[in-house]
Amino acid sequence: MLQNIFQFLITGLTVGSTYALIALGFTLIFNVSHVVNFAQGEFVMLGAMAAIFFSGLKMPLFLAIILAIILTTFIGILFEKFAIERAKGASLTSLIIITIGASIFFRGLALVLWGKNTLSFQHFSGENPIRFLGATILPQHLWIISLTAIVVTVLAYFFSKTLFGKAILACSYNNKASKLIGINVNLMLVVSYGISAGIGALAGALIAPISYMSYDAGTMLGLKGFCAAILGGMGNSFGSVLGGLILGVVESMTSGIFSSAYKDAVSFIILLLLLFVRPQGLFGKGVSERV
Amino acid sequence: MKRRAGFFVFATVLLILPLIFKDSYFLTVTGTTALFNACLAISLNLFMGFSGQVSLCHAAFYGIGAYSNAVFTTTYHFNPWISTIAGLFITGSISFILARPILKLKGHYLAMATLGLGIIIHIFFVQADNITKGPDGISGIPNLMFGKINIKGDATWYYMASLLTIFYTWLSLNLLDSRTGRALKAIHDGETGAQVSGIDTDKLKADVFVLTAMMASLAGSLLAHKEGFISPESFNLQFSVELLTMIVIGGLGSIFGSLFGAVFLTSLPEFLSKFEDFEMLVYGLILIATMIFMPQGLYVGISRFFTGILKKLIKKDE
Repeated sequence: MLQNIFQFLITGLTVGSTYALIALGFTLIFNVSHVVNFAQGEFVMLGAMAAIFFSGLKMPLFLAIILAIILTTFIGILFEKFAIERAKGASLTSLIIITIGASIFFRGLALVLWGKNTLSFQHFSGENPIRFLGATILPQHLWIISLTAIVVTVLAYFFSKTLFGKAILACSYNNKASKLIGINVNLMLVVSYGISAGIGALAGALIAPISYMSYDAGTMLGLKGFCAAILGGMGNSFGSVLGGLILGVVESMTSGIFSSAYKDAVSFIILLLLLFVRPQGLFGKGVSERV
Repeated sequence: MKRRAGFFVFATVLLILPLIFKDSYFLTVTGTTALFNACLAISLNLFMGFSGQVSLCHAAFYGIGAYSNAVFTTTYHFNPWISTIAGLFITGSISFILARPILKLKGHYLAMATLGLGIIIHIFFVQADNITKGPDGISGIPNLMFGKINIKGDATWYYMASLLTIFYTWLSLNLLDSRTGRALKAIHDGETGAQVSGIDTDKLKADVFVLTAMMASLAGSLLAHKEGFISPESFNLQFSVELLTMIVIGGLGSIFGSLFGAVFLTSLPEFLSKFEDFEMLVYGLILIATMIFMPQGLYVGISRFFTGILKKLIKKDE
């Protein structure tokens, strides 16, 4: 039993890591532009599909993944430039509908480019399982967990130590004040969408070997990322990473111990119950309402 | 009477259309679907557009109504009307129990909570196969009967859907024109302000949530008999999002806007189907473009566009 629990914990942390990456992307865009980006899951799907496509062209694996991330980052930038920036001054609901439109558009794009088939992706370094404390760990699990840790560290460094990162952070605190002290807010928006799309693409390339990928697989992943971001307290990057890990572990435990049929339902039930008790998420600060 | 002029024109046009376009497939098939969606959009708009809340589980309530009629009439051989009342009762109870804790939430948290509720109900439709027959859905749902009159055929259902749409429009317009409607608008403009002026906002929000959920459920009950077959796919999150899109594209807070949005987005795929694989691509682009160029929605956008042209013409004459 204990072995099983350890196994579920490892699988949960693996899936949770990808949720954490997706949630980070959500949080970044939300903080800078206050938009809930419903196309976040589609960045994940595009990253995975592009990586599969490039590696199919007999490219070395890591080149394929890097190209996929660059391509998706570029798409994220175009999305900001041609949709979000154009709609300046539109209400938040309109902006959300734009991201919904974009998610449908990206799905359509993937459908045209790669068809309706479910594609598989090679494991980064073989599929020989490592046995550890009675649990079976795939090398891919280690790749996912360690790369997520690296990305989170790099981002933490970027936002706390570099001038550029601090400028983005400043925009997320106060858009107008940042403009006044000479920060190019538009550029920061573009960069944030780019980074967010890039992180999403990496998450996609990482999860594709274990969960397969198709043009419509992004939606559920995006929802889980949104769920993780809310769980951690919307807008809190640290919280969204923890939210992702918690969501992954809870999901894997419940589907392992009870039944996998209601796996998705369980995570949403937990989320609902949590929101009833703590409406601001696990790590969100309660805000007093201004009248 | 004068205030309702638009409503009477609309109702008359809706009922006369089949006489003008005789045996039109587009009108009786796509049109009927569009009217069902319009009913859902109107009820969702009542909750979202006027009281300023967010709901992403409207399709699930529609589904409860549909499943109630499907299950009770096929498995237990209940009368369709009793099944409809049962559906209303189930939807009413679920939304009543959950309304207060869910509506305590605001903004993105509210969106996430309603989205979660919608997904949970949808998973139930898919997984509880001893009741709902799982992903395959339920077929062989009997026809609806008014006494001895059998309701079947596309044209008859067009009239049924029209009557329901007219009823919902009338209900919404009257509700908005009452004390309750004004209280709702007050919540939209500022909840604290509404509380200060003596409105029990928690109760009102919950009441409207339950009412609109039951409106969706009633439409669902009828849909089950119209189709004769239902499956979980019709009531998933995508459909809830599509309903949201309809009311935003039409214009939040405008009843006729919702009608317009529903008709527009329901018939759009019919026109786009010749694009085949590119259909989704174009659909997405149209959504984005509409929101960029007409952020207040098509209904407001287009009417402003035409009044703009009219004004220019008048100026030219001068």
